[in-house]
Amino acid sequence: MSKPKVFEKPIGVKDYLPHAVTRLRQVESRVLACMGGWGYEQIMTPTIEYYDTVGVASSTSDQKLFKLLNNRGTTLVLRSEMTSPIARVASSLLKEVDHPLRLSYHSNVFRAIEEEAGREAEFFQTGVELIGDASPEADAEVVALAVASLQAAGVDRFKIAIGHVGFLNGLFEETLSGRGEAQEELKSCLLRRDYVGYRDELRRLELSEPLKRELEGILRLRGGQEVCDQALELSGSEIARASIRHLCEIWDVLEAYGVSEHVLIDLTMIGDFSYYTGMTFEGYAADLGFPVASGGRYDNLLSQFGRPAPATGFALKTTRILDLVRTGSQEPQRILIGYDASSRERALQEARRYREQGDVVVTEKVEDWESWLPAAASERPVQYKGKAYATVVSVRSNQVQGGTLA
Amino acid sequence: MSQISNTLKVAMPKGRIYKQASKLFREAGLPIPSDFDDTRKLVIELPEMDMEFIMAKPVDVPTYVEYGVADIGIVGKDVLMEENKDVFELLDLGIAKCRMSVIGLPDWEPSIHPRVATKYPNVASQYFRERGQQVEVIKLNGSIELAPLIGLADRIVDMVETGQTLKENGLVEMETIFGITSRLIANRVSYRMKNAKIQSLCDLLQEAIAAKQV
Repeated sequence: MSKPKVFEKPIGVKDYLPHAVTRLRQVESRVLACMGGWGYEQIMTPTIEYYDTVGVASSTSDQKLFKLLNNRGTTLVLRSEMTSPIARVASSLLKEVDHPLRLSYHSNVFRAIEEEAGREAEFFQTGVELIGDASPEADAEVVALAVASLQAAGVDRFKIAIGHVGFLNGLFEETLSGRGEAQEELKSCLLRRDYVGYRDELRRLELSEPLKRELEGILRLRGGQEVCDQALELSGSEIARASIRHLCEIWDVLEAYGVSEHVLIDLTMIGDFSYYTGMTFEGYAADLGFPVASGGRYDNLLSQFGRPAPATGFALKTTRILDLVRTGSQEPQRILIGYDASSRERALQEARRYREQGDVVVTEKVEDWESWLPAAASERPVQYKGKAYATVVSVRSNQVQGGTLA
Repeated sequence: MSQISNTLKVAMPKGRIYKQASKLFREAGLPIPSDFDDTRKLVIELPEMDMEFIMAKPVDVPTYVEYGVADIGIVGKDVLMEENKDVFELLDLGIAKCRMSVIGLPDWEPSIHPRVATKYPNVASQYFRERGQQVEVIKLNGSIELAPLIGLADRIVDMVETGQTLKENGLVEMETIFGITSRLIANRVSYRMKNAKIQSLCDLLQEAIAAKQV
């Protein structure tokens, strides 16, 4: 490849200019404050990890990991998500701390660039992990906190779809026992969201007519709590029924939280089977084509770090929601102070006094008062060098104009 | 960023598939005026059905749907296989039937540096890779049949409907890669946010498709 031009940067990464950073920080602080209010404490982990530990344990597929070598030839990865690093910390530094652990984070994560839409090589995630509690209560807490976090971020219209990997695992194991390949193929169709392929596969399998109808019927299993009842009728498999009962309980808790209006049950919604072990969910905002949150239960991850424990959590795709959120309008007012050499000390003290009040103050040494435009401007705010100022103060030998002297 | 609304936005492929798709919609009881069949408008509002048609170039339909500027769309399986977008594939509409095939001259013989010309480089590369054949795939944008005639490639991968063009150019269909029909696809978020609307449209279409098959 030819040498990049000086203004170029690697594909998939972004600069954040002041207005975008302002908004990102607003969302970050509101969401972290919300999570803090639920007892989740913030944690930071390194940007780079070993490939053989966190890299391998991560839910991110191998080709999407950014890999690099250190000076000893060991393969490192840029963190692709925060769940595996937190699992590592929970199993090492926090090994002696009683469960449950409630941890939150706001971090940039990295994915090797993909062709898919809406994907970036570096983006921000804000999320939580609840470690050491296997109950439906814990799953519901995480879903309810996802709802609260989206609201805190300022996203108005959204839905959370929850499913359970155990339902399909149980149902397929019961109805297609011993036909592992067929089960894998059906799951892979659902994972690809290919319902046409799923129906074709059912036809190919030459199942009895009622069974075929039943397995086709799951494509329509979504809605409120009534879905659980329908699903219970569908399956006699103990794993599937236990999963549905777990979902029912989560639903009851979500009703008690008062957030069930934002939630729908979708039993075809399945995350990565090799990673999630129970409830999984995704958040969708109106007017955005991509999910804004995702999460679920991953009870096998921590055992990879030597301290088995059930765990559940979610991450908000913070970068994606920046365009959706309402912005705060309480911008502090900006003040411009001009001064000449003989009044410098008074001017800079004046600036400090304003800053202590919470105002934004920019100072400038004026060489020639006659041609200093802000002093002459009659309109407020004054536009000067690309910025707007609500107040202009001139501090010159023995007089102050436009402001009050302390 | 799209506007807040509950109107169902449908990306429709202009041209060959559109006529068959709008006919199917009418058979499903959706009153699409037939004068749209030849329109040059790009966005058509259908207020009585609370729908909006976005008239798109067929290969762009999955892109509109993946980004969510269209909630659902109608597109050939050929485009879906080539573009590989993250969308729901909800329904096989059974229209615009044809097939993706490997085509060559009748006296074709394996060569040391085989070249394949196609509008579908991803489909073609995958097909030959899976068969352990190393071929050089050449992307062309039209008149694919020309390639073997003038020696640019020894075979082509293309869509075959009736086979008439092939016959007229002295080409033969060597292998079928997969069958093609048009599909109804949906955006990941729209499928959940506008589920009732999309599901009822699906049901109407499915009935109309079933009625045709009897």
